[in-house]
Amino acid sequence: MLKYLIPLLLFIIMAIFLAIGLSLKPNEIPSPLLNKPAPAFTAPKLQAPGQKLANADLLGKVWLLNVWASWCVSCRAEHPVLNQLAEQNAALMIGLNYKDDPANAQHWLESLGNPYSVSIMDQDGRIGLDWGVYGVPETFVMDKKGLVRYKHTGPVTANDVQAKFLPLLAQLQAEAP
Amino acid sequence: MKAYILILLLCLSQLAAAIDSRQFANPEQQKAYEELTSELRCLVCQNQTIADSNAELAADLRRQVQEMLEQGKSRDDIVKFMTDRYGDFVLYKPPFKLKTGLLWVGPAAFLLLGLLAIALVIRHKKPAVTDTTGTTPEKLAKIRSLLDEGEHS
Repeated sequence: MLKYLIPLLLFIIMAIFLAIGLSLKPNEIPSPLLNKPAPAFTAPKLQAPGQKLANADLLGKVWLLNVWASWCVSCRAEHPVLNQLAEQNAALMIGLNYKDDPANAQHWLESLGNPYSVSIMDQDGRIGLDWGVYGVPETFVMDKKGLVRYKHTGPVTANDVQAKFLPLLAQLQAEAP
Repeated sequence: MKAYILILLLCLSQLAAAIDSRQFANPEQQKAYEELTSELRCLVCQNQTIADSNAELAADLRRQVQEMLEQGKSRDDIVKFMTDRYGDFVLYKPPFKLKTGLLWVGPAAFLLLGLLAIALVIRHKKPAVTDTTGTTPEKLAKIRSLLDEGEHS
């Protein structure tokens, strides 16, 4: 009896490991920033390069940082979803225009719509490096205390907005500052 | 022939791709730079180190390593800087902790399991010839005499 049980057990163990392996997403590296203060930045605004935005200005607000670039193909797929999310006024949406040409970026916002309250420029990618950005698009959610509460890697889909972003943003808006 | 030339050229292009070597005034920094860049993982192309990768992110990380070395930062400072931002995943040699325990102990555990399995199989294997249960001296004598008869006939 044992003779038949052992291979069966081995098979089940192997199947469990393979199933875990299949469900892992190697492209989604867990961010070490979660529940830590958002990395500080002070950066020129895309549409008013004379002015700067610092993350300290955003304390007390629930905000979302979306890393985007006009050269990024998945950002184009994500853009209509962001436009829709912006209409819900669920949070302040800040764009981080990552390693992009400002003229191309401006053109992108004019032709596809601008979901962001402000976009800031990160032409040499240093802010991106501080935030652990490794693939565009990426989206971070910050609470009123300025802590990073969620990171989404890859394009945000309409489904993600309904299932993850809107409930989380509502929860964060309800928290005390 | 053309194909051979093509292959040769492709091989050469691999050599040329030893990317973006940087010069430091201080040989120790040079060594630290080379070690660090070959221990940090490029997060875009996950099976390459930042020394090997052509990705833009890898170039940024190389620049960061270089700048921090020139500022006199230590190896540990640089590794901490990277793991604070990208997590342990950025290291090709992750530290031993609860989360990475399986990674470190796993191979040895599987080796032990395999050895155990072999030992069990060997122990349970029935001896092939030495089984003399049920033979008495009388029977053996009879067998011998029968064999002898066979040889003489």
